[in-house]
Amino acid sequence: MPIVASRSHRWRVVAAHGFLLVFLLFTLFPLLMVISISLRPGNFASGSLLPEHISWEHWKLALGMSYTDVDGKLVTPPFPVLRWLWNSVKVATVAASLMLLLSTTAAYAFARLRFRFKALTLNAILLLQMFPPVLTLIAFYAIFNMLGDHVSWLGIDSLASVMLAYLGLISLHIWTIKGYFETIPSEIEEAARVDGASAFQAFRRVLLPMAVPILAVVFILAFISNIIEYPIASILLVSVDQMTLAVGSNQYLYQQHYLWGDFAAAAVLSGLPITVVFLLAQRWMVSGLTAGGLKG
Amino acid sequence: MLSRIGTVLAAGVALLLVFQLYVGGNALLAAAVAGGLGLAIFVYTARRGYTYRYLFPGLAGITLFVVLPLVYTVWIGFTNYSAKNLLTFERATEVLLGEVYLRDTVRYQFTLHADGAGFRLVLRTDEDEPSDGSGGSETGVNESGLPGAPATGSAGSAATGSATTGSAGPSIAGSAGAPPPPGPRPPTAFVSPILPLTGTAAQRVTVVPLAGSGFSPGEELPLKDVIAHRDAIKAITVAFPDGTAAAMATLREFTPYQALYLQNPDGTLTNQKTKERLTPSQTTGFYETAAGKLVEPGFRVAVGGDNYARVFTDAKFRGPFLRVFAWTVVFAGLSVLITATLGMMLAELLSWERLRFAGVYRVLLFLPYAVPGFISILVFKGLFNRNFGEINLILDALLGIRPDWTGDAILARIMILIVNTWLGYPYFMLMCMGLQKSIPHDLYEASALAGAGPLTNFFQITWPLIRKPLTPLLVASFAYNFNNFVLIFLLTKGKPDFLDTAAPAGETDVLVTYTYRTAFDEHSFGLAAAISTIIFVIVAILSVLNLRLTKTAASDSR
Repeated sequence: MPIVASRSHRWRVVAAHGFLLVFLLFTLFPLLMVISISLRPGNFASGSLLPEHISWEHWKLALGMSYTDVDGKLVTPPFPVLRWLWNSVKVATVAASLMLLLSTTAAYAFARLRFRFKALTLNAILLLQMFPPVLTLIAFYAIFNMLGDHVSWLGIDSLASVMLAYLGLISLHIWTIKGYFETIPSEIEEAARVDGASAFQAFRRVLLPMAVPILAVVFILAFISNIIEYPIASILLVSVDQMTLAVGSNQYLYQQHYLWGDFAAAAVLSGLPITVVFLLAQRWMVSGLTAGGLKG
Repeated sequence: MLSRIGTVLAAGVALLLVFQLYVGGNALLAAAVAGGLGLAIFVYTARRGYTYRYLFPGLAGITLFVVLPLVYTVWIGFTNYSAKNLLTFERATEVLLGEVYLRDTVRYQFTLHADGAGFRLVLRTDEDEPSDGSGGSETGVNESGLPGAPATGSAGSAATGSATTGSAGPSIAGSAGAPPPPGPRPPTAFVSPILPLTGTAAQRVTVVPLAGSGFSPGEELPLKDVIAHRDAIKAITVAFPDGTAAAMATLREFTPYQALYLQNPDGTLTNQKTKERLTPSQTTGFYETAAGKLVEPGFRVAVGGDNYARVFTDAKFRGPFLRVFAWTVVFAGLSVLITATLGMMLAELLSWERLRFAGVYRVLLFLPYAVPGFISILVFKGLFNRNFGEINLILDALLGIRPDWTGDAILARIMILIVNTWLGYPYFMLMCMGLQKSIPHDLYEASALAGAGPLTNFFQITWPLIRKPLTPLLVASFAYNFNNFVLIFLLTKGKPDFLDTAAPAGETDVLVTYTYRTAFDEHSFGLAAAISTIIFVIVAILSVLNLRLTKTAASDSR
């Protein structure tokens, strides 16, 4: 956008860069610590940022390879970390996609359609999510135990049960998408209806493409919350092979002996799918899709 | 036409499923599934249900996985569910009826014999061993395996002095002059069917009297074979023809056991050993003796509002409650304020076209959210360590101070807010970035032409337009932080503790961690569920007030 920039503009840009860099330093410091802990020999949580010796032992264990330690003993990986990663990715992707589907259709109903008790239902789903989840875990176990008796692939210790359990956490996403839908003028869809589109076609071909930025945001957030979720997954997943990364990494923290190094390596691994999804979703978050849609 | 066929097919499949569930014994579940599926079919086929087709999957998910656990947990608050009262009444009764005790009155010596590829157990009572003369010849008869030899006949010979010691040879003949014995003696040696003895799965095996079985035990296998198969034999319950049962007690003996309790018609249990009566009490959740002693295991009973009353009346809970509540509200409010402001500021900054490398900044700034929370919290715990943590090392080098982050109340609270900000700002940054895309760009162009600066842009254009969709997210973030168990528990566990309360509570405790600590002490899920429900009601009221004040539910269209 060509405009005349004021003289202080350059300084403002420099100041902005400076602020961001300093802020990033503070923000990324703990993350760099995690990486350095995973590269340190032994399992220590404190020490300098740049480790004096680099030892790949924790990463070897995390990636499923054995190594010989200083005493000459062969150390085999105690846990299937890569399998955990794959479980996490599976659960997070499927659950996030389903969550997006459910929230989008529900948000469309709340934003565009008319029905009774709309305001009541809307507030209710927001408020119901505020129950402290720490204690509903007993209920989750009971429900899926019973479900597993009738449908074997949905019972305790199955990844499908975890995917299903996450479907309840959509109320915030419904509100987000609904809010975004309401900022898009409904006249465009009405124009489509006048041109002969059915309600569903207007939804799919007119509204959804315009809402792509918020859908990308919701998918990222749903994906992340599924990867890092711990309480529900720890109740539903019991055997070591079925665990997700969040539940599995906790196995490294024995009461008396925190295996910080291995834990840190697993932590960095769990950040990878999230970063990848975030990078992929960047290209959906483009602006200007609604610009010019309406004259005046 | 096609849709009608489809409807009929769907209804057919649904009915089949419901019928299967019903036949499986779960009538309530069948009814619930029938209701749900019926509603689904109606919504997706009838014209009147058109609006609800969009709502149905989402609401179904929320009902099943939010409402149902919530109702279940609230219900638990009305019971005395705890580590001591864990089972249902039926299950507790089952457990008590399943308890057995070993009757030591009769012992069976057992020997292991090979038979083909398998094994047989031969059990003999002690009575078989000739302690006096009367049993001697019967031993002789049975051991030689003569079929059908009635004990009466040979007993006659036993009455005479021809008492044989041990397994003497047959002495059937002779001594016809002895008085006949009272009647047929019960068989005292038994043999099991052929057992493979390969697995250790529990099994129940019926034994028959050795006399009529047709098996003649040869050489008994030495003790080392018994030891080798010990685990398999241990898992076997031997059932006698008269109904009693026995299990392996030592490497040479089986001892009969029987149920410790018998259920009477009125529901009480009688202890077979001591003849005590146990009455189930639906108020305490235990079976009680006449003297009032409670017998484990306990079972869950409804206790009405006892748990709730306890929260409000028990001084142990009430004392720190208000202080913890105050800090919880302050913590949640400040967290939302700081993270939202920071996130919004960063989103604005990153959307500035003049800023180069905005994409790189965006990814780097987002990284705190990419690492699972509990990992970063534990890392921060290490960083804020007073003596070895990096933060104090740096502060010491720069300013010469080493603050006591975990010991001092104010510093601990500041530490919590810092960590929560670090964890929470990417969420708002992302959200504001997404929401800002909905603002048409020409508004900014117009304001640039009018000579407005960035602050004016923000307060007059961006903020009013983002405010509506953002408010419910702020409210939800408030509720999330109100219930933020993980952060407080992992970072400080609620400490530093209050010094003047009976219950464990600390300066950084929020209501949920306070609940957890008190309930955890007593292992009472019912109490914890009651406190959780109370917390939920508080949060819900606060949120309703918030929503009313901002009038968010009313939709507005441009």
